[in-house]
Amino acid sequence: MTSRTPTELSPRPANVSRRGFVGGLSAGILGAAATEAAAAETLADVPDRGPGADLSAHSERSRFAKLDRIPEATPGKRNVDPGDAINSKTPHQKLVGNITPTDLHYERSHSGVPDIDPAQHRLLIHGMVSKPLVFSVEDLKQMPSVTRVVFIECTGNGWENWKKADPDITVQNTHGLVSTNEWTGVPLKFLIDLVAKDKGSSWMLAEGGDGAGVDRSIPLTDEIVNEAFVAYGQNGEPLRPAHGFPMRLVMPGFEGNLNIKWLRRLKFGNAPWMTRWETARYTQLLANGKARQFQLRMETNSVITQPSGMMQIQPGYNRISGLAWSGHGKIAKVEISTDGAKTWKPAQLSQPVLSKAQVRFQMDWVWDGKPTKIVSRSTDEKGNVQPDRQSFIAAMGTNALFHYNAQQTWSIDEAGRVRNVLA
Amino acid sequence: MSSHDKLVLAGILSLGLLAPPALAFDFGRPATPQEIKLWDIDVSPDGKGLPDGSGTAVQGKQIFADNCAACHGDNGQGGIKDRLAGGQGTLASNMPVKTVGSFWPYATTLFDYIHRAMPYPTPGSLSTDETYAVTAYILSLNGIVPADGKIDKESLPKIKMPNRDGFIPEPEFDPAKLFRNK
Repeated sequence: MTSRTPTELSPRPANVSRRGFVGGLSAGILGAAATEAAAAETLADVPDRGPGADLSAHSERSRFAKLDRIPEATPGKRNVDPGDAINSKTPHQKLVGNITPTDLHYERSHSGVPDIDPAQHRLLIHGMVSKPLVFSVEDLKQMPSVTRVVFIECTGNGWENWKKADPDITVQNTHGLVSTNEWTGVPLKFLIDLVAKDKGSSWMLAEGGDGAGVDRSIPLTDEIVNEAFVAYGQNGEPLRPAHGFPMRLVMPGFEGNLNIKWLRRLKFGNAPWMTRWETARYTQLLANGKARQFQLRMETNSVITQPSGMMQIQPGYNRISGLAWSGHGKIAKVEISTDGAKTWKPAQLSQPVLSKAQVRFQMDWVWDGKPTKIVSRSTDEKGNVQPDRQSFIAAMGTNALFHYNAQQTWSIDEAGRVRNVLA
Repeated sequence: MSSHDKLVLAGILSLGLLAPPALAFDFGRPATPQEIKLWDIDVSPDGKGLPDGSGTAVQGKQIFADNCAACHGDNGQGGIKDRLAGGQGTLASNMPVKTVGSFWPYATTLFDYIHRAMPYPTPGSLSTDETYAVTAYILSLNGIVPADGKIDKESLPKIKMPNRDGFIPEPEFDPAKLFRNK
C-alpha cells in the first residue's frame, strides 16, 4: 500500500453487537482496498478532460467528498434517530485549516430550530436602562459592525470520556462539539450605550426566541462588555437557522450555552437570575457532592484529529495534525508526544493564530510500526497548560460532565489501528 | 431626533468633530411598558417577576398527569426525559441522580422553567395558576411541600431547597465578589 493517508474504518452500525462489528471492520478494510484498485496507477489512468457541469446558483461539494455531522444523544447514545438527538457533531477528522465550514459547525439546541421570519423578529433591551428599546434585524445591520473569528464550544464537549473510553469512536464523537466560524454583528457595548444602561447594572439576562426560551445570566465584566456582540452574519452570509438566525449573542471564549441563539431579549439587572441552565444544568458536580457554578470560560484544549479514532495508519512517514483552542486568549504553543506522554515535541501552528479561535497544528512523524500512544498538549498566552487526564480527574472527579479539557490520547496497535483510550 | 438636531449633527459630521459618531443617530424605537410586560417573564430567587395567582399540589397532580407524565413518568421518575424527584443523598456517589429535589438550589427557578419551556410541545400553554400547581406538585413529590400544600408568589421564594448550599461559585465569576470593587 503506498497511500500515506490514514484509512478510515467504517463506524459501527447501529444495534450491532461487538461480534458483528468485527465483521464490519474487515469489510471496511476490504472496501478501502477496492477503492485503491480503482485509483490511477499511472497518469494514463487519469480520466480525460472535458466540459463540466453548468454553473449553478450555489456551489455544492464534490460528490466524492463525504462530509457530514452526526446527530447524537447523551454520552454513549450514538446513531440515534434524529428526532431523539440533542446535538450534531462536527467531523473534525475530515476537515483542514482553522475554520469550520458553515454547514458543519456543530449544532446544539434545547427545543429544536425555530423557523423565524426576520421581518417579524425583534430584540427587546430593557431592565436597568434609561431608554428601553426595540430593534429589528435591519436596525442592527445599520449599526457599526465587528467581524471576528471565534470558536464556540458546547460545555459538554468531551463528555464521552468522563468515566470510560469507548475504543470504537472517532474524534467526531469525542470532540465534535466545538467549531470556529467568522461572525459579524453589533458590539454589545454599542447597544449598552444606546439604551443608556444604569451604571449599577452588573449582570445581563440574554434570552432566546426558541421554544425553550433558553436564558442565561451574564456578568458584565470589562472583558465581556468589550468583546461580546450580537451577530447576524456567519462566514459572510446571514446566520444559518441552526446557529441562531436572525441574530445571536456571541461570547468569545465562553460556554456555548451563553451564546444565546435566536436572541430576542437582553435585560439588565444587578444579580444573576439563577435560571435552570446555570443552576440545574451547566454546573460541574465534584466528587464531594458540591457543584461548581458560573464556570463560564472554556478552557485551554487541543486534540489530534489526524490520525484519530477508527483510522488506520502505515509504518513510515505520517503527518500528525489537530486543533487547539482556549477561552483565555491565543494559543501560544502545542506539543505532541508520540510515546504516550513521555517526551514532547513542539508542533507548527497554522497562521493566523487568533484569540479565542481554533488553530490547526501539525508535525511530521515517522512511525516505527510498534504499538504506541499519541497525545497533544496546548498552552495559551496566559500560561494555562492543558492538563493530563490524571490530574484533571483528580481535581474534578468523574461526575462533572462539563468543561472536559484533559489531554486526548489515541492508542495505535501493531496493525496501525488508532483507538480512543483514557491515557 | 428633530430636524434642528439633524442639521446640527450634519454640521458636526461635516466638520469631522464627532468622536463616537454612531451614538448621534437613532436606532430602534422606544419599548412601551405594556409590551415589555408581555415578554418580561423571568423570575429571580427573591421572587421578583412572579405573577399573582396560586396553585396546590393536589391540583398539580392532575395537571402533571395530563401534560408532563408522558415524558417525566407518573411520579416524576421513570420517564424518557429528566427525572424530577428523588436522588437526595446521591450527589457524592458514583451514580449521582440530579433532580429538582436533590440538585436545584432555588424553587423560583422551577416556576420560571415550567412557565417558559414546558410542556415541551406547547410551552407557555399552562395558566399562571396551573404553573403554580405543577410547581407545588413536583416539590411535593420531593417532600419539599406537603401533599396538600399550596404556593403563590409570597411562599415560593421562601422555600429552602435541600441543595441550596450545594454550589461553589467559580472564583472568577462569583456573584458575591465579582463587582464588589466597582
